[in-house]
Amino acid sequence: MTIALPGKEIADKLAGKFPGTIIDSNPGWFTVKSESLIPVATFLKEAPEYDFKYLTYVTAVDYFDHFEVVYQLTSLECNHSVVLKTTCPRDNPVLPSVVGLWRTADYQEREIYDLMGIRFEGHPNMRRIVLWEGFPGHPLRKDFNGT
Amino acid sequence: MALKTEPFALNIGPAHPSTHGVFRMRATLDGEVIVDVEPVFGYLHRGVEKLAEQRTYTGFIPLTDRLDYLASMSNNMAYCLAVEKLAGIKVPERAQYLRVILSELQRIASHLIAVGGFLNDCGAFMTPILYMLREREKILDLFEMASGQRLTYNFMRIGGVSQDVPEEFMPALGKFMAQMPRFIDEYEQLLKENEILIARSKGVGILPKDLAINSGASGPVLRGSGVKWDIRKADPYAIYDRFQFDIPTGIMGDSYDRYRVRVEEMRQSLRIIKQAMEQIPAGPVRAEVHHLVHPPIGEVYARIEAPKGELGFYIVSDNSIAPYRLHIRAPSLINLTALREMIIGWKIADAIIIFGSIDICMAEVDR
Repeated sequence: MTIALPGKEIADKLAGKFPGTIIDSNPGWFTVKSESLIPVATFLKEAPEYDFKYLTYVTAVDYFDHFEVVYQLTSLECNHSVVLKTTCPRDNPVLPSVVGLWRTADYQEREIYDLMGIRFEGHPNMRRIVLWEGFPGHPLRKDFNGT
Repeated sequence: MALKTEPFALNIGPAHPSTHGVFRMRATLDGEVIVDVEPVFGYLHRGVEKLAEQRTYTGFIPLTDRLDYLASMSNNMAYCLAVEKLAGIKVPERAQYLRVILSELQRIASHLIAVGGFLNDCGAFMTPILYMLREREKILDLFEMASGQRLTYNFMRIGGVSQDVPEEFMPALGKFMAQMPRFIDEYEQLLKENEILIARSKGVGILPKDLAINSGASGPVLRGSGVKWDIRKADPYAIYDRFQFDIPTGIMGDSYDRYRVRVEEMRQSLRIIKQAMEQIPAGPVRAEVHHLVHPPIGEVYARIEAPKGELGFYIVSDNSIAPYRLHIRAPSLINLTALREMIIGWKIADAIIIFGSIDICMAEVDR
C-alpha cells in the first residue's frame, strides 16, 4: 500500500530547514511559497528519506482569487507519496518550472499554461499544447465564457 | 567526395496510419535519420475536464468512456473509485468482483490491440492484428452481454455497476477462459522468436530506467524498462489484494521488452479473472446512492493500473452536485514525454515502431 505521508509532518520537518516557506499544512498536503518551490522540491527529490524521484501528476485549480498548483510526488523505492502545493496570484500567474527536476512536468505544465494560463518560468518550450496559438483566453479558468 | 546534405522537416501525421489516431510528429531529418522530433497534439481536444464541471457526478461517467476508448471499463472504474473515495461510498462485494473481471478483460482487449498494432508497425501487415481482433471480438461479445454496448460501455456506477450480468455471462466467460490461453500460446509460437520481429524491435527505442522514472512513464512502458511497479500491487485498489499474480518486467527497456510485457500481462490477467470467477459471491451489485451525489468539501486522487499505465482522477469537491475541478492523469500523454529521447538517432521506419510500442490512445492524450 502506498503510504500517503501526512503533509503536516513533512511541513514541520521542513520548517527548520526552509524557514518561512510553509504557508499552510494539513494531513492531506502542504503549501509552500512559490519562490521556494524549487529548493523544497529539490530537497524532497534528493533526500534519501523522501526519495521523491517520481512526479505522479501536476495540475492547477482556479480559486477565483488565486491559482493553486498541485504536485503529487511519489517514491517508487519507499512506496510513499505526498501532495505539495503552491499558489500564485491571478493578476501575475507565474511560477518556476520543475521540468529540470522531473521531465514528467514537461507536457503537463504546457497544458496548465494552455488551459489555465499560468506561465512556468524556465520551461524550455512554454507554448500552448492542445489549443492553437491565438485562442482567446484559457478555458479552465472559472471566468472563461465557453458559450 | 562527400555529398553535401542538409536537414529537412517532415510532418509524420496527423492523418497517417501509423500514428494510431490524429497525432503529428514534426521530425527533422538528416537523410533517413531523425535528428529532432516535436510531437504536436490537440487534434482531438474536447475539453473533457471543463465539461466535467458542468455535469453531475453520475453524468460524467459516459464521458470517461470516451477518454481511452479502447479501455472504457478501466476509465469507468478509475472515475467511480475516485468519487466513492471522496464521498465515502462502500461498494458491494459482487460489484467489486464484476469490476475486477471486466477491467481485466478490458486489459486483455486493449493489449491485443496494442500488440496487434505494434506488429502491424513492425511490418507484419494485417495478419497478426486480425488474429488479435478475432480474440478481442469475443471479449466485446462478453461486454455486450453485460452492458449492451461494444465500445463505450457506461457500465460502472458510483457505488457499483449498473446491473448484474445476465445468467449466460458466466458460462460464456468460462468458455473464453478455456480458449484464450491456447490463443496466446499460438501468438507466442508465431511471434516470440520471429526473426524479423526481433531484428526490428530488439534494442530499438531504448528507454533507460532512470529516464523512465524521471519522465513519469507508467504501465508497460515503465515495466518494460525494468521497474517493478504495478499499482495493483504497489497500492492495491478495489479488491486486488485478494488475488495472486506476478508483475512481468523487461530488462533493456526496448520496444521488444514492452511488447513482451504486454503479452505476459495478458496471461496474468487471465489468472486474476480465474480467481475472481471462483470467489465471486451472489448479492447486490449497487449500493444505495442518490443519483445526485454531492460529496463533502475536499479533494481526492484515486488511481488504477489501466492497460496503458497509471490512470488517475483528481477531483476537488465544493459539496455541489458537480465537481469543482476534475483533472485526469492520462497515462497516454505522460508516456509520450520521453518520446523525443527514444526516437532521436533512429530511422523513420524505426520511429514508427518505437511510437507503436508505447501504445497510446489520442482521445486520452488530448482529452
